[in-house]
Amino acid sequence: MYPKSFQYFAPKSVKDAISLLNKLRGEAKVIAGGQSLVPMMKLRLATPAYLIDLNKIKGLEYIKAGRGVIQIGALTRHSTIEKSELIRERVPIMAEAASHIGDPQVRNLGTIGGALAHCDPAGDWGAVILALRGEIRVAGPRGQRTIKADNFFVDAFTPALKPNELITEIRIPTPPEGSGGAYLKMERRAGDFAIAGVAAQITISPDGTCKYAGIGLTALGPTSLRAKKAEEALVGRELTDEVIDEAAEAAAEDAKPFDDPLRGSAEFRRAMARVLTRRAVKQALSRARGG
Amino acid sequence: MPRKKRVDRRKPRAKAAPPTAQLAKINVKVNGVQYSAEVEPRMLLVHFIRDVLGLTGTHVGCDTGNCGACTVIMDGKSVKSCNIFAVQADGAEILTVEGLARDGELHPVQQAFWEHHGLQCGFCTPGMLMQAYWLLTQNPSPTEEDVRRGLSGNLCRCTGYQKIVEAVLAAAEQMRGQQQEVR
Ligand SMILES: Cc1cc2nc3c(=O)[nH]c(=O)nc-3n(C[C@H](O)[C@H](O)[C@H](O)COP(=O)(O)OP(=O)(O)OC[C@H]3O[C@@H](n4cnc5c(N)ncnc54)[C@H](O)[C@@H]3O)c2cc1C
Ligand code: FES
Ligand code: FES
Repeated sequence: MYPKSFQYFAPKSVKDAISLLNKLRGEAKVIAGGQSLVPMMKLRLATPAYLIDLNKIKGLEYIKAGRGVIQIGALTRHSTIEKSELIRERVPIMAEAASHIGDPQVRNLGTIGGALAHCDPAGDWGAVILALRGEIRVAGPRGQRTIKADNFFVDAFTPALKPNELITEIRIPTPPEGSGGAYLKMERRAGDFAIAGVAAQITISPDGTCKYAGIGLTALGPTSLRAKKAEEALVGRELTDEVIDEAAEAAAEDAKPFDDPLRGSAEFRRAMARVLTRRAVKQALSRARGG
Repeated sequence: MPRKKRVDRRKPRAKAAPPTAQLAKINVKVNGVQYSAEVEPRMLLVHFIRDVLGLTGTHVGCDTGNCGACTVIMDGKSVKSCNIFAVQADGAEILTVEGLARDGELHPVQQAFWEHHGLQCGFCTPGMLMQAYWLLTQNPSPTEEDVRRGLSGNLCRCTGYQKIVEAVLAAAEQMRGQQQEVR
């Protein structure tokens, strides 16, 4: 399968990439890992006249700890996040989620920035970034801005990005002591997109109550979703089995699943939202307690 | 009264006349040999390897990024060459299945596939070999679970995977032994 003809650019800086993108607005697409875009171009679901390759830009691939925040360059590969010591130590839920994306070859090229920009409701990063209350740094012709994860996922395949903007960095508030997280994904077979997925991140106070809860849902709505009612059911309470069941019930209500001929009915997926939330919160809790 | 026509004073958008088949020059090292070629930007890396370089060991199975038959090593990472454009490989170093054997001797991974019947029709084999090779560079002592996870992006319609997994585990053992001899 051959994509439609296009002209190729490989700018060396974010600035050059943005000015190209701005000049060729509407006709150009950037390519990062290419693991969503290349298949789409081959199927001619995407037919950009110009392709702007971000891979020759230095300094977009990094993971570092800033003040109270973990900063991840947009071009950082899923596999780099999966294996990063810093991530495994500070935000292990991200390493766990990365390990569930596609297969090793896809993870070797695919990037976190590309995955978020692609904005696939079945993509795994969205739920995790929502559960962690992450932020997305973007750059455009008029400078930089920061978008809260809550405001980023507008609709299926529609992020809150202008056509001349690039994602440059993902920022994750560093979870404090007493935190734990889990990402659970149900799939038809190894490497497939989720039937349903749940990201749960919690922090437990010294008095044993839940200080913070973030619950994100994958493939359970038109976009990655935050299960706010489920979070509310947890915060300020001691996380007994009954409380966790209540949150799981609330997550099923928060979910907006649809029928999918390949990956199950809305009813089934709603039920899975309940099951996976219960399991994910329990696992997050045991990890928060040092288990 | 006829209405006045609104004049659009905004700058016209950049013309979307996709330049037909504008060629891009690339330099790629494949299996240790430096190649220089002009390619159409939309040419996929797998077609460059097969059709331009004539290295047909790398197979096209699904052409959608799912089956892994087209797996090659690019700058030390295993990738699906049907999911990359050849222009993007400019300056890269690539290893294909043809580059595994040395001086007429099979690579331990190839030898193990032979000895443990890690193939039937052989269609998936080049991709399996490259992914197994990469897996063992990352993790020289994998468990069975590690091997299964490591090969999860490579589909085989014949073997049921059991013999492939056995072959990769055997190759790992063989390679660890070789390393000890060197020391
Ligand atoms: C076989 C297979 C299985 C997969 N399974 C999963 C899975 O289980 N879960 C999952 O989440 N994903 C899965 N994916 C998708 C994979 O995660 C992709 O890597 C990801 O969706 C896109 O990232 P990319 O870097 O490859 O982006 P690209 O494909 O290069 O780009 C995707 C889109 O984002 C835009 N874009 C890229 N980078 C930027 C940027 N910095 N700023 C603005 N826009 C940008 C591009 O213009 C394009 O529209 C799978 C892919 C394959 C081929
Ligand atoms: S041909 Fe490339 S993954 Fe199947
Ligand atoms: S041996 Fe036939 S597809 Fe694997």
